[in-house]
Amino acid sequence: MTAPSTNIPVPAADFRPSLYKTDSRTKRRNAAETRFRAYGIAAVAFGVLALVVLLTSVLSQGLSAFRQTTMVMQVELDPAVLDKTGNRDPAELGKVTTITYGRLLDDALNKELAGKGLIPEGMSARDVSAMISKEAPAQLRKIVLADPSKIGSTISFDAWTGGRIDGFFKGRVTMESAQLDSNVTPEQLQLAQAMRDAGLITMPFNWAFITGPDASEVRPEAAGLGVAILGSAYMMLIVLALALPIGVAASIYLEEFASKNWFTDLIEVNIANLAAVPSIVFGILGLAVFINFAGMPQSSPLVGGLVLTLMTLPTIIISTRAALKAVPPSIKDAALGVGASKTQTIFHHVLPLAMPGILTGTIIGLAQALGETAPLLLIGMVAFVRDYPGAPPEGFLDPASALPVQVYNFTQRADPAFVERASGAIIVLLVFLLAMNILAVILRRKFERRW
Amino acid sequence: MSIGLLSLIVIVLAVAGYFAGRRLAVSKVAGDIRKLHSLPSYYGQTVFLFTAVPALLFLAAWLLIQPLLIESRVSAMLNVADVPDGSSVSLMMTDVRRIANGIDLMLAKGGLNSADIAAMRTDLTDVRGRLAEVGVALGTNVTPAVFAAGKAYHDLSGTSRMMMTVGVLALALAGFVYAISRIQPEFRARNVTEAFVKVLLIGASCIAILTTVGIVLSLVFETISFFRIYPAKDFFLSLTWNPKFGGGSDLGIWPLIWGTLYISFIALLVSVPVGIFAAIFLAEYASKKVRAVAKPLIEILAGIPTIVYGLFALITVGPMLRDYFAQPMGFGSSSSSVMTAGVVMGLMLIPFVSSLSDDIINAVPQSLRDGSYGLGATQSETIKQVILPAALPGIVGAVLLAASRAIGETMIVVMGAGAAAKMSLNPFEAMTTVTVKIVSQLTGDTEFASPETLVAFALGLTLFVFTLGLNILALVIVRKYREQYE
Repeated sequence: MTAPSTNIPVPAADFRPSLYKTDSRTKRRNAAETRFRAYGIAAVAFGVLALVVLLTSVLSQGLSAFRQTTMVMQVELDPAVLDKTGNRDPAELGKVTTITYGRLLDDALNKELAGKGLIPEGMSARDVSAMISKEAPAQLRKIVLADPSKIGSTISFDAWTGGRIDGFFKGRVTMESAQLDSNVTPEQLQLAQAMRDAGLITMPFNWAFITGPDASEVRPEAAGLGVAILGSAYMMLIVLALALPIGVAASIYLEEFASKNWFTDLIEVNIANLAAVPSIVFGILGLAVFINFAGMPQSSPLVGGLVLTLMTLPTIIISTRAALKAVPPSIKDAALGVGASKTQTIFHHVLPLAMPGILTGTIIGLAQALGETAPLLLIGMVAFVRDYPGAPPEGFLDPASALPVQVYNFTQRADPAFVERASGAIIVLLVFLLAMNILAVILRRKFERRW
Repeated sequence: MSIGLLSLIVIVLAVAGYFAGRRLAVSKVAGDIRKLHSLPSYYGQTVFLFTAVPALLFLAAWLLIQPLLIESRVSAMLNVADVPDGSSVSLMMTDVRRIANGIDLMLAKGGLNSADIAAMRTDLTDVRGRLAEVGVALGTNVTPAVFAAGKAYHDLSGTSRMMMTVGVLALALAGFVYAISRIQPEFRARNVTEAFVKVLLIGASCIAILTTVGIVLSLVFETISFFRIYPAKDFFLSLTWNPKFGGGSDLGIWPLIWGTLYISFIALLVSVPVGIFAAIFLAEYASKKVRAVAKPLIEILAGIPTIVYGLFALITVGPMLRDYFAQPMGFGSSSSSVMTAGVVMGLMLIPFVSSLSDDIINAVPQSLRDGSYGLGATQSETIKQVILPAALPGIVGAVLLAASRAIGETMIVVMGAGAAAKMSLNPFEAMTTVTVKIVSQLTGDTEFASPETLVAFALGLTLFVFTLGLNILALVIVRKYREQYE
């Protein structure tokens, strides 16, 4: 620094009289800085806002699925109607159809209405009985067949209301929409409101939504997630039982044994590539290989589990390798130093220390698999399944549904009440995912070691 | 014997083998285990591995191959002349399988024995009614040829089951005896076990290769059989997509590719600016506290299943775009549209772009920033003129990966984009994509061997090649242009 700074010529136009006075160029640059920063804040805010809107939209639509409009009524199980011969023979009781039980429910409802002094004005008897869900007689029948000794007594029975009445109390159906709707009349809604005020209609927590099976197009109030949850649970079991050992074995080989050669490269490229293959392609694989080639049954949890296993493997392998890599070499050196073989070193020392990381990765892989829909559509899991799959291992071959596929199924139906069911199913799915992710975080917090 | 029971027997035998082998080794040296080459448990382990692994692998392989063999034997029994009009061999095979299954059920529930079945003839007994009684519904009456094939199918699968059981048990026993016979004090049991385990580890690694091979083979073979019944020229050059039930469909891929690219373009239009700006803010401006909250929140978006986004598109975004944009501006009245699917997919892709870009921006060394600040640049000037150029290859890679996700995404477009195959510029019109058509062609009720179903495999292959190409391109760009900082 020989030349004194005063010798540098200053262009007249950019001459700054004082540091304290900002010139136009500085202002411009500062404004650009502020703007740029604001874009960043806006982008982050947009992302967070998207998350909030997404979750509130689903929650606001779906929370009502967990409450079910129910009529509490005393049903007299008249032996003269249900068991004409009087010998309580199960075979004969089984011949009594739901139509008969429907009549019992109608009588009970009318009695309850009369008891509260509610007169169904301008309504035919048919309109009154149409307020009860078509599923209710079947449920009553099931109760009676399960315990024939109840015949002759009067039992307290919670009958679901029809989907439209249910929708009325959830704000989905209004008096105006009822006028245009062939499935419900405004009179029915008025009567329902009166029953609600009189305490005949309540809205308890809807366990049947979580445990019950799916129901047909015309009975949205009875549609449940039981089969889907069971199917998803079976598939997760299969994924866990296959993907965890295979993934860990592959990672151990690649991380600890494999020498650098073309074969190892081939495996690495394949794993990286599989992680990026669109999920629907795995569905095509499942359809072509497991169902068409190997002849496994369609829509079975076994095929779904196998497909999801192949999809989850790359995730598990990548996280397991990271966990194995994180174990410091000093531990390996120490084990080898006291005479352990390479296999002993890995299985006795490295693997146990890497276990928390492996489990965390596995849970995250499982969570991914739980939410996957597209490949399951192709292997026939969209089919309408009402029967619970049997106990494993035979149950793995029974047709079942899966939670995300059930959501898709609900959205394909015409009745708007199924939108509520679909959103409710999403809430159940998200609760499972949240639980799994929290478990992963806890595992990591609790067992993760910094070397 | 059921497969569960069979594998249980094998495992019990193997566990027994472990203890037997261990004991035998110890007894051979009269309890002085210093005289053994390996620890006693390794002798047990060799027996366990040799008993269980070959037998179970054989079981799995048999289960995979058995249906194929039986199928080819039985379908050879069906004459082409027997096939009625409007049907095909593959449809008849479905009936044959149902009949075989029905025979099983008749034996189990219907109170018949195998002699009854063998004597049963279609012209004397109402076979269809009988099958319906045990819960097997058939579409048509059973012809003698089909029923004979069904019986053969049933018998063959019975024999095959039998052979499988015998084979598995024989293999398990042979392994058991072989491993036991090798036990001597100087037998290098640990080395044998470790070599065996290493082979198993290699086998597990090869599953990745097998999966890729399976994907490619299944796509390629079905695509070839598709092009045999449908001209490849029409598939690649035709501009109409119009599958028909009765045949004579137009299956041109271009409307689907157009929809796919249009939707992906809109998705990237949303996710790239938002993702990159979010990454810049989080990496360069945000305080530690803000970063610790905002980054995981944005990444939650990546953990939400796509079916949730699909529902969001269907019930919230679609109707909103229709009511506030499309209808007032006269663009149409469809709630499922390119815009709906594109915007929602854009939301899903934000974390892909932002996390990857964030990592890359963080990898740019501090010295570059310091140099730029030293020259008097503001923070935003530094980012625009120093950091982004340095991070550009990585960011391009991230965008390409996001694009490959967008092209392969299924549920959002199935629920948000509609099913009409159109080539239009109006973003508020319903269009469709390759993935939507794969789902609709493969979940329909059409017969498997028809071009309307097989086209899904050609579409799948196109999709696979497309996404693979994008992924490789992304990797190449990242590798080639990555600055190496010391």
